[in-house]
Amino acid sequence: MTAIEVRGLRKAYRGREVVSGIDLDVARGEVFALLGPNGAGKTTTTEILEGHRRRDGGEVRVLGADPGTAGSDWRARIGIVLQDADDAADLTVGEMVKHVAGFYAGPRAPAEVLALVGLTDRKDSRIRTLSGGQRRRLDVALGIVGRPELLFLDEPTTGFDPEARRNFWDLIRALAGEGTTILLTTHYLEEAEALADRLAVLAGGEIVAQGTPAALGGRASAGAKVSWRVDGVLRTEQVPDPTPLIRELVEAKTDLSTLTVTRPTLEDTYLALIGAHR
Amino acid sequence: MSTLTLGVSRGHVELIQFFRDRTALVFTFAFPGMLLLLFGTIFQDSYDQPGVSASHVFTASMIAYGILATAFVTMGAGLAMDREDGTLKRLHGTPISATSYILGKLFLVLVLSVAETVVLIAIGVFVFSMSLPDASHWLTFAWVFLLSVIACSLLGMAVSAIVKHARTAGAILNVPVVALQFISGVFIYPVTQLPSWLISVASIFPVKWMAQGFRSVFLPDGMRVNEAAGQWELGRVALVLGAWCVIALVLCLVTFRWTRPDR
Repeated sequence: MTAIEVRGLRKAYRGREVVSGIDLDVARGEVFALLGPNGAGKTTTTEILEGHRRRDGGEVRVLGADPGTAGSDWRARIGIVLQDADDAADLTVGEMVKHVAGFYAGPRAPAEVLALVGLTDRKDSRIRTLSGGQRRRLDVALGIVGRPELLFLDEPTTGFDPEARRNFWDLIRALAGEGTTILLTTHYLEEAEALADRLAVLAGGEIVAQGTPAALGGRASAGAKVSWRVDGVLRTEQVPDPTPLIRELVEAKTDLSTLTVTRPTLEDTYLALIGAHR
Repeated sequence: MSTLTLGVSRGHVELIQFFRDRTALVFTFAFPGMLLLLFGTIFQDSYDQPGVSASHVFTASMIAYGILATAFVTMGAGLAMDREDGTLKRLHGTPISATSYILGKLFLVLVLSVAETVVLIAIGVFVFSMSLPDASHWLTFAWVFLLSVIACSLLGMAVSAIVKHARTAGAILNVPVVALQFISGVFIYPVTQLPSWLISVASIFPVKWMAQGFRSVFLPDGMRVNEAAGQWELGRVALVLGAWCVIALVLCLVTFRWTRPDR
């Protein structure tokens, strides 16, 4: 079953194309990350999939419907975590979650949602008094209160401290564990690597690579860099598979107390991909 | 959830937010009452009708201002703000319908307009010793009030579509509000002092007819000679306000959008 199916998606603002023919497939239950620098077209793509923006061309099916024309029943099945909302500043956290829960036929209990995002102790605080990170956690709460089948997260952890980010990751894993399909955009590579089953790198409105975090951009077959020191002098070898070399070194009784084996990180791969595109 | 239930739920949170925002409370809500106190105290002329003072005329006419402030300005600025701060975007990502959202706004506006009108009438009665009209006039009051609130709210909503930034919405919306009051017999009475072409211009817009309708309710019948036509012209009041409701509704349907237009 496919949750999101995109073919040849295009979008231009005032004649400047920001999405130039994207193909995407996201399976049900999958966590899919869209990576890319600012201005790559991540938010535009996401907003078209959410039904917030019209597309200029291409085919889009989200949960079996065209987001451009889908109605209220369809919107009850998706959850959107907004990136820059500033609304309802004078309501309390509890009032807002309860209010939005009321839009759905079978919502999660507001208290449960507040516990999930760690805002239980801010329930009676006015939303305008929340910190940036707390505000984003409220946005997450409002995105999941309706038990969505598909959740859109557009740069959800911007402004989170490290602990909040880890807690947020646990929450996303728990939602994914319940079978929620998740489309995530992020700048943070470790976030994509920690959460995503598959990811796509977007640059200049095109997908430049797509795959699992481990295999992205030929990362799986890129080989490894083996380094060690002999009498304080650094020796480095780039090999497709480090096993034979290390066996050789062990058999030669080389001192391996300084041995390192590094494979390209997701960040290396990503930077190479978007660098090549420029 | 039904459209109506969700509309009431929206109205509830709209009211909570309005009353928690002190700036809106003071500048939108208290301003007409303050102006009435000032005008009623400064202008003490009486007319050749026994028992009618300028303050009574202002009380009646300023109900039109009160409705402009609570319906037109609150609606227009509120919608521009909701478009800017993400309220509309958030709602558009949930199952709630545009109709429920608008019902919520209308609910807010109706409550505010009733409260505003009660405040203005109370000032008229308790500060300026205006006497309340008899029962038959309240029927007129009811339909003039409802038509005024609906026309002004829908117009505010339609105008919000051309307001680019919420920050400037209040200033932009107040231009027609203030200008129309000067030429519609709210600040300057009787309106017959104005050049006739200006009266013709004012007659196109709803404010003149709103104020005239409210004066017919609260002033003695003899005061009708001060109106532009020398009559209360209630039939025409109904016609013009009704027409504006329809025009404004069409404008809203054409211009309403959930999000800001594409960059």
